[in-house]
Amino acid sequence: MSTEALMALGEAIQAQSAGAVTGYKVGYGELSMQAEAGRIVELLTMLRDNREFRFRQLIDLCGVDYPDRVQRFDVVYHLLSHTKNARVRITVRTDEDTPVPSIVPAHPCADWFEREAFDMYGIFFSGHPDLRRILTDYGFHGYPLRKDFPMTGYVEVRWDEALKRVVYEPVKLPQEYRHFDFLSPWEGAQSALPGQGYEYVLPGDEKAKLEAPKADAAPKKEG
Amino acid sequence: MADADTAVPVVPGETKLRKFNINFGPQHPAAHGVLRLVLELDGEIVERVDPHIGLLHRGTEKLMEARTYLQNIPYFDRLDYVAPMNQEHAFCLAIEKLVGVDVPRRGQVIRVLFSEIGRILNHLLNVTTQAMDVGALTPPLWGFEEREQLMVFYERASGSRLHANYFRPGGVHQDLPPALIDDIAKWSKAFPKALDDIETLITGNRIFKQRNVDIGVVTADQAYEWGFSGVMLRGSGVAWDLRKSQPYECYADLEFDIPIGKNGDCYDRYLCRVEEMRQSIKLIDQCIELLAKTPGPVLTEDGKVAPPRRGEMKRSMEALIHHFKLYTEGFHVPAGEVYAYVEAPKGEFGVYLVADGTNKPYRCKIRAPGFPHLEAMDWMNRGHMLADVSAILGSLDIVFGEIDR
Repeated sequence: MSTEALMALGEAIQAQSAGAVTGYKVGYGELSMQAEAGRIVELLTMLRDNREFRFRQLIDLCGVDYPDRVQRFDVVYHLLSHTKNARVRITVRTDEDTPVPSIVPAHPCADWFEREAFDMYGIFFSGHPDLRRILTDYGFHGYPLRKDFPMTGYVEVRWDEALKRVVYEPVKLPQEYRHFDFLSPWEGAQSALPGQGYEYVLPGDEKAKLEAPKADAAPKKEG
Repeated sequence: MADADTAVPVVPGETKLRKFNINFGPQHPAAHGVLRLVLELDGEIVERVDPHIGLLHRGTEKLMEARTYLQNIPYFDRLDYVAPMNQEHAFCLAIEKLVGVDVPRRGQVIRVLFSEIGRILNHLLNVTTQAMDVGALTPPLWGFEEREQLMVFYERASGSRLHANYFRPGGVHQDLPPALIDDIAKWSKAFPKALDDIETLITGNRIFKQRNVDIGVVTADQAYEWGFSGVMLRGSGVAWDLRKSQPYECYADLEFDIPIGKNGDCYDRYLCRVEEMRQSIKLIDQCIELLAKTPGPVLTEDGKVAPPRRGEMKRSMEALIHHFKLYTEGFHVPAGEVYAYVEAPKGEFGVYLVADGTNKPYRCKIRAPGFPHLEAMDWMNRGHMLADVSAILGSLDIVFGEIDR
């Protein structure tokens, strides 16, 4: 679909949503909308049943973590309309404690997707029929896809020959986890985005802050 | 294993109820990998199914956040390991969308060629093991013979039989040797005969039909609301194929048909898969013709995304720098979010990629088609016999690499 058609679709959805959609944008040939978390069920039901849209299928539901934000999680819904041959992405925001209404009443297949988002990020879904962990081990603690969860995890398992069973132990690394930072300071500093937890201080620049705080205001040399 | 509910008091004139809980898997030949199904049975009738998944969870999405885009491609081979290149395709499309790089025509044709080889690889395995799940032993042996040849084609193109790592953002890694193209053409001439042979074993087989016709019926409405895609959707009579409806690469220029089912049962899904293989042969033949007509590069010439050719590196300093930068730092992908999808053999395989402008993905969600399909096990099996569980599971086309990720 062309950008104009997508913009028109976004406009139409926003007009029909009775304020549940707070904004929309078109990028890379895709329509993304922001919505209020509390009204997501209403919005998805409208999109499913309205003859103008017929977004009958929930393609995907997932979480995204932005630890710097107060409402750190995005819950992203991807919908597909077979009759209109269109896709739309809806994003709502939430934090660690506020549950998002479960959309199982509107799309039954959201059941497992929501369980996965809960498992991976600890996002709560209110009204979900059976919010259990799904992909991680039985008795797993923590939410592995959060940005503050270490890559190595906290426990490791092995088969104990003496005990004749699998034992769980804290992770012991024979050497430090090797994180190679290949980001060139020059390009990396340019592409660092505000608010996304990534700030690259050029080598030597930290001295400016220590010695003369005023020099910090001086314009940074580009490139 | 089976614990009986003995607490039910028996009133005279009433039969004693005994409900069984049975563990199906995690190691079961018909579980297609590591699936644990907790079945609640009333006699032989299935009352509830609770699939426990995640036994093959490797944290792919977490690992990807710590690696550059190029290093992440091999992870996609390990998702649906039955048709590896189709997965890579979705990831490459997502990156290409964000970076805005074009794939040369020849690269597109090669991609389509290998996507269709992947489709046949997948359907051959699924169709024949579906027959095995209901008791036939010969079809998988015949099917694997053909798969073996296809995997040799994979090897000759990419250097490895399964974990190909052949698709790259901007094209494919290397051009195909001419002898390989000839051999694929030769194979595609011979394959319909082999497929006919397999069909004589299965399609009209009385036992196969008894076990599959009218088993696991899915209506079109159910298929929509449970997020089905691919054959699961088409088997229920919905004419929907991403290669036709939202075409990518050069699918729009190729000629092929989309088979759809009528009844939405296991047998229709089987028939769809067989017909899809025949259509894939048609596509492969067209691709081979196109390859002869379209010489040229298979990978974009943009040095910021694709590595330079070996010979170029010997002469050009800039090419050498590009090579070094690509394989250490990797390329930077502009910030943004995209959802790229392909019609993988199992259904819609999607990649939701969030980039933050650095050389690593900020978040990559893999939408595996098998995930919602397996989710439907519960209601699809209710009221069926225990023996039908494996038939339905076989027709869902499950591979745990992609479901557990």
